[in-house]
Amino acid sequence: MQRIVVIGNGMVGHKFCDLFARHPRRGDFRLTVFGEERRPAYDRVHLSAYFADRDADKLALATRAWYADRDIELRTGELVTELDPERRILRTHLGHEMTYDYLVLATGSVPFVPPVPGKDKSGVFVYRTIEDLDAILDYAARLRQLPGARATVMGGGLLGLEAARATLDMGLATDVVEFAPRLMPRQLDEGGAASLRTTLEGLGLKIHLSRSTTAIGGNGCITHLDFADGTQLETDLLIISAGIRPRDELARKSGIAVGPRGGIVADRHMRTSAPDVFVIGEAALYRDMIYGLVAPGYEMARVALSTLMRDADPACMPESIDLSTKLKLIGTDVASFGDCLPQPGTARSIVYRDEAGGVYKRINVSPDGRRLLGGILVGDAADYNRLHQIYRNQLALPPQPQDLILGSRGSGGGDAGAGISELPEAAVICSCENITKGQLCGHLEAEQAHSVKDLIACTGAGTGCGGCKPILSDLVEQHLKARGKVVRHLLCEHFPHTRQELRDLIVLRQLRTYDEALDELGRGHGCEVCRPALAGIFATVYAETANPQAVIQDTNDRFLANIQRNGTYSVVPRVPAGEITPDKLIAIGAVAKKFGLYTKITGGQRIDLFGARLDQLPPIWEELIAAGFESGHAYGKSLRTVKSCVGSTWCRYGMDESVSFAIEIEERYKGLRSPHKLKGGVSGCIRECAEARGKDFGLIAVEEGYNLYVCGNGGARPKHAVLLAGPIDRRTAVRYLDRFLMFYLRTAGPLVRTAKWLETMEGGIDYLRSVVMDDVLGIAAELETEMQGLVNGYRCEWKEVIEDPEMRARFRPFVNTDDTEELEFVPLRDQQMPKPW
Amino acid sequence: MTAYQTILPEQVTTWFRAGHTHQFPAGAGATVKYGNRQIAVFYFHRNRRWYACQNLCPHKLENVLGRGLIGEQDGIPKVACPLHKRTFSLETGENLNGDCPPVAVYPVRVEGEDVYIGFAD
Repeated sequence: MQRIVVIGNGMVGHKFCDLFARHPRRGDFRLTVFGEERRPAYDRVHLSAYFADRDADKLALATRAWYADRDIELRTGELVTELDPERRILRTHLGHEMTYDYLVLATGSVPFVPPVPGKDKSGVFVYRTIEDLDAILDYAARLRQLPGARATVMGGGLLGLEAARATLDMGLATDVVEFAPRLMPRQLDEGGAASLRTTLEGLGLKIHLSRSTTAIGGNGCITHLDFADGTQLETDLLIISAGIRPRDELARKSGIAVGPRGGIVADRHMRTSAPDVFVIGEAALYRDMIYGLVAPGYEMARVALSTLMRDADPACMPESIDLSTKLKLIGTDVASFGDCLPQPGTARSIVYRDEAGGVYKRINVSPDGRRLLGGILVGDAADYNRLHQIYRNQLALPPQPQDLILGSRGSGGGDAGAGISELPEAAVICSCENITKGQLCGHLEAEQAHSVKDLIACTGAGTGCGGCKPILSDLVEQHLKARGKVVRHLLCEHFPHTRQELRDLIVLRQLRTYDEALDELGRGHGCEVCRPALAGIFATVYAETANPQAVIQDTNDRFLANIQRNGTYSVVPRVPAGEITPDKLIAIGAVAKKFGLYTKITGGQRIDLFGARLDQLPPIWEELIAAGFESGHAYGKSLRTVKSCVGSTWCRYGMDESVSFAIEIEERYKGLRSPHKLKGGVSGCIRECAEARGKDFGLIAVEEGYNLYVCGNGGARPKHAVLLAGPIDRRTAVRYLDRFLMFYLRTAGPLVRTAKWLETMEGGIDYLRSVVMDDVLGIAAELETEMQGLVNGYRCEWKEVIEDPEMRARFRPFVNTDDTEELEFVPLRDQQMPKPW
Repeated sequence: MTAYQTILPEQVTTWFRAGHTHQFPAGAGATVKYGNRQIAVFYFHRNRRWYACQNLCPHKLENVLGRGLIGEQDGIPKVACPLHKRTFSLETGENLNGDCPPVAVYPVRVEGEDVYIGFAD
């Protein structure tokens, strides 16, 4: 049996092992891997994620067990120091020797540190390994006690900007120093870099361009940088991110050819000058270039393995390597592909710039306007996948190439899939795993795959950076459409219907329970997706609370409270519009004190009581109800709060009594179950203190009445609500709200919030306006009647429980004993919290 | 976690009476205590099958599985943890939608109106 040795256990070295383990002839070889770092391979692309939680396991690409299971010997913490290619023998720093038949150098790179005096001072770091990040975090933690502590990143490239985000997140004022006259000089042109700069400065970063650092100053610890122009910058921490240098010293020492500026010379099969020695990844010099991206590195691993294994049709490296990248930078997207900075005269460029929105798009088209050569996207990279595929596959361009970046000017994308059908079979969809459209379609046509999930499982596509997942989804939709199947977003394997169809069927057949619906419309026993979805439909059709069919409710609805980290619950009584009397405040305080609950003011102008055991919920509700409270439905996909500002009642700017109106609206829609949670807001003037435009519906008082905004939200994907109508009087506002909400309740998919619902609505806000205001569907009266029925049918579901002994039994923690749960809490600022995970 | 080990019907030495059938909700779970251990018991009323597993979710080690939604996936009965929706097969205990360790599952026997869970200790 022959032996392969891989030196280096980084991302590319690991990819080689992964491909090896799946190779049909792997049984002919033994594989040994040496890694210099202590840890097995981890994901360096997402290294900055480590700053969030210091969880190295999340970055791991494989465990020791993974290697052991595949019979690959992994020797970490062992550095290969000598190599004799003639005798095919290597020696490690521990003095161990090993012979090989094939050797793969995957030694990677080290950060380049410019020869500036003072680079050894404490507080100066590079950004490459988990150990580097640990050192930065520890140092920054000490600095935080120093008022006004500052951090500086040397290098305004991709990695440098990621590092800058990290130090900013650590609470340090951050400067970025770049030698070139613009940020990301290798990927961006001046316009793109300027747009990026404006966005980053808006986030609080200070950017210094065209600065050459001549010295790192300080007595022991860094205190400042000196620049060539005589200026200085004070800083307490410096991260150097000025590029990489290939690790070629082992090859150089053993007589293997290296380039004049470093890098181990490789041919098209990733062979070095020594027999049976290969090089892959950032250590390799291929066509006079070092490639610091992971996709070309993976390709090298594939080519080297294929050559080494003597595959019938061995792979070789392409003539030109695609350096396209799409990045999520600090709060913005940046992408570049193909020839992004063409020589003058070789291309026509089309530029779109929106300075206010921080968006810059440029495409470079061949002089005859027929081919896409490359481009840059800053601020909005939604077009990247489509443009990248057009570029890679040299697809024909539309007669007006500017449509590529200005296109889909109607509402909501929708045509994302249009380009997919034109792609040739050989088009590489997943560049990390090198999977073509042909391979993916093959799985779909052979019926081995029916969904994106299946495609990922069959081919491994999408398991690298994940950027191709939207295309996978388009491919699946296209495939289904091409077979005449209507693409519908079916609820789950138990109900072959969309939510809207199910709702219509339930109304039509007057089905009352989940079991009836499953018998008549579905199959099997249901699941955690369809049960709550149907519970929501019953609630909006029959004004049913979560109690009669408790077992189909999502877990929080079943217990009418929000489950928290240690399995206890939090309780939120309704405080309409946030207005509360002193007596009621005292009552809440008394309940919290009695049951030992942690209290906190919520974002929705209410008070949350945390740490209640399951068995304590009914007695807590009993006391709250006695004090005049009712359920706040904080646990449900339902109306949460209508936030208000104090309005003309007290405010000298108020145009109307926004609190009274907010209370009226919250009382009207309280308990209303919906496809997703619903939040509202009412502001007394355009200063908008109630943040009504960040809600699913918002009312803002103006001179002549109210403006009604709809379909906004905060959270992970913030969206401002858009104007539906106004100015209108209060009565009209309520009528429009009735229609709008009921239309949403009827037609939205499960867990689709209003903003997303509007985004995918054909015709967009204009259509919604025509339904709500002009009644083009002729259903306005029906919608209002249905809503009135739900309003009339409101009951407090906490009250239902405390009045019914059978329902109360649901809150017994154990069937066979009266024991209560044993929970551990730790003290926190005069209150208590669950002990950490 | 070590306190919980899957028990096959042939390994059972003790049939522990967990309660009366009507004490368990139809189409959901409830929790019983066996010594210091917490066991979640599920009744799938549509085909009248009973299952039991440890109440402790292996993901974050909280005693919550008995409060999760139940259902099936490709014919496999499962429970979804109420905290992060990890789903576990109630036949084998394996995690169906991730790479959590499996949960221990226990045999359930119903005699008349009494529900018993099988243990080997």
